[in-house]
Amino acid sequence: MRRKILETLSDIWVMTQRDVRRYLRLPQLLLTNIILNVVLLILFNYVFGGAIQTGGVAYIQYFLPGFLAQSVVFGSTQTSVGISEDLSKGLIDRFRSLPMARIALLSGRVVSDALRYLTLIVIMIGVGYAAGFRFEAGFGPAFLGIWLIVLFGIALTWVGVFIGISVKDVETAQVAGFVWVFPLVFASSLYVPIETMPSWLQVFAEINPVTPMVDTIRGLSWGTDISSSLWKILAWDAGLIFITLPLALRKYRLLTH
Amino acid sequence: MNQNNVVCENAAIQVDGVHKSFGKVKALSGIDIQVDSGIVFALLGPNGSGKTTLIRILTTLLRPDSGTATVGGFDVEREPASVRPIIGLAGQYPAVDENLTGKENLEMIGRLYHIGKKQSILRATELLEYFELSDAANRRAKTYSGGMRRRLDLAAALVANPSLLFLDEPTTGLDPRSRIGLWEVIKSQAKQCNSVFLTTQYLEEADRLADRIAIMEKGKIIQEGTPQELKDCCGGETRVKMRLTDRSQTSRVAELLEEIAQGKVNQNNEMGEISFPAPGGTSVLTDIVRKLDADGIELAELGLTQPTLDDVFLSITGHTAEEEAGKD
Repeated sequence: MRRKILETLSDIWVMTQRDVRRYLRLPQLLLTNIILNVVLLILFNYVFGGAIQTGGVAYIQYFLPGFLAQSVVFGSTQTSVGISEDLSKGLIDRFRSLPMARIALLSGRVVSDALRYLTLIVIMIGVGYAAGFRFEAGFGPAFLGIWLIVLFGIALTWVGVFIGISVKDVETAQVAGFVWVFPLVFASSLYVPIETMPSWLQVFAEINPVTPMVDTIRGLSWGTDISSSLWKILAWDAGLIFITLPLALRKYRLLTH
Repeated sequence: MNQNNVVCENAAIQVDGVHKSFGKVKALSGIDIQVDSGIVFALLGPNGSGKTTLIRILTTLLRPDSGTATVGGFDVEREPASVRPIIGLAGQYPAVDENLTGKENLEMIGRLYHIGKKQSILRATELLEYFELSDAANRRAKTYSGGMRRRLDLAAALVANPSLLFLDEPTTGLDPRSRIGLWEVIKSQAKQCNSVFLTTQYLEEADRLADRIAIMEKGKIIQEGTPQELKDCCGGETRVKMRLTDRSQTSRVAELLEEIAQGKVNQNNEMGEISFPAPGGTSVLTDIVRKLDADGIELAELGLTQPTLDDVFLSITGHTAEEEAGKD
C-alpha cells in the first residue's frame, strides 16, 4: 500500500516534469498568456477606469485582485487543448500501456498548470504595482490570497481536463474550453459592482464562483471581512474537484479510440 | 523452440474466443491463439483484418466484448496492472514526446516503469547507444527524422526489458537498412525466453523473423503454424524456372521440355522465361541442361523456386496480400 502511494506520487512528479519542460521549451504558451493579461489590464484600467464608479476606490485597487483570478480562469482554458492534444497522439497508448498510476498523466498536467498560474499571478502583481496598485493589508494576506487563486485555478483546471478528455479533438477543445469562461468572468463582481446589474443577472452573479473568489481576494488585499466569501469559494473549489476529477479519471480509464 | 534452444516454460499469451465489435463493425470474431515463451510470433494480414485491435486488447488498451486473454499468465481484463509491468509496446505510429530530448524520453519511460531513477538513466544511455542515437541524445525528438523516431520508439518499448514485446507493424516506413537492424533486435529479444508478438503486412518479414505465423483475415485467424508448415500445407509446389539467352527460342524450348515437365509448362515469350512444377527437386535440372545442350540452346538462368508465403496467402484467401491492402 505504502509502495503504491509512493509510486503514484513519483508518477505524478515525472509527468509534472514533462509538462513543465513543455512550458519551458514552448515559451510562447506562457508568453501569450502574459501578453494577453498585460494588454487587458492596461485597457481596463485606462479605458474604463475613469467611467466606472466604485465608491471612491481607485479603479486599479478595485479590479486588480479580481483580475488576478481572471488570469487563472482564462489560463485554465489552455488545459483542455493540451489534454486533447495529448490524447490525439500515439503517445497516449504508450502511457496507458505502462504500469504508471492512472491518475498521473492528468495530475501532472494540473500540477504544472498550477505552477504556470503562480508565475502568471506574480507577474501580474508586478504589472499592477507599476500601474499604482497596492496590497493595503500587507503581504501576509496577499500571500494567502495568491494560494487561494492557485487553488481556484486547480479546480478549474480539472474542469478543463474533463472537457479536454470528453471532446477528443483539438479544435472542439479550443472552443469548448473557452466559451464557458466569459459569462463567469464578466457576470461577476470582478469589473463592476453586482448591484449595477439587472436583477436576473444578479442572481447568476451571486452564484457564480468567480464572485466569491473576487470578493475574497479583494478583502484580503483591502483588509476587509472575507468570512462569508471565503467559505463559498472553498466549497466551490472542493465541489468542482470532487465532481470533475473522478469523472475525468473514469473517462481516461475507459478511453477506447 | 527458440533460436538458443533454451526450453521456455509457460505460454506467454493465451487467447480464447475473443470477440470485439465497434458499433456494427465486427473487428474480431472469435480469436484463439497460444504463443509460447521465447518465440517470435507474427500476425500476418492485410489492413483492416483486426491485427491492431488484437494487439490493443493484449496490451490492456482495449477490452474484449467476450472471451478471455492472458498475457504472462495474467488476465488482461481483470489484472491489467499485473500485465503492464511485463510488456513493452511500440504502436503503428511512433509514440515519443516531441518536446523532450531522446534521453529524456527514455528516462521518463523508465521512471514510469518504476525501475528507479539511476537505473532509468543507465538504461536510457545504453539503449541510445544500441540504437545509434547517442549523438542525438540531447536533441529534442521534434528534430528527429522518421527513422530516428521509430528507433527511439522501439527503444522506449525495450526500457524495462519486457518479457513480452508487442510491435504493431514495426517496419512500416523504414528504409531497408533500418529494417534489417530492427530484425536483428527482434531476433535477439526471443533469447532469454522473452517473446515478441508482431503484426505485419509483409510476408517476407514474417517468413524471415517468425517462429510461428498466424494469418488473419476479416477478424479471424484462418491459418496458423511455422513458416515451413504453412508453405507445406498451402504454399503450392517447388518449381523450376529458367531464362533463355535468346528470347525468340522460347516457344520451341517450351515444347522441347514438355516431355520432362511433370505438369503444365508456363512460358513468357517477352522475357524468354519458362517454368514448370518440379516435385522431384534438383534432379530435373540435370535433365534440362542435358536436353538443351544437345540442341545447342543457351540458358541465361536456371534454378528452383521454393514456395513463398505469398503463395500461401494466395492459396488460402484467393487473393494476394497486396490486393487486399489496396482496397483500404
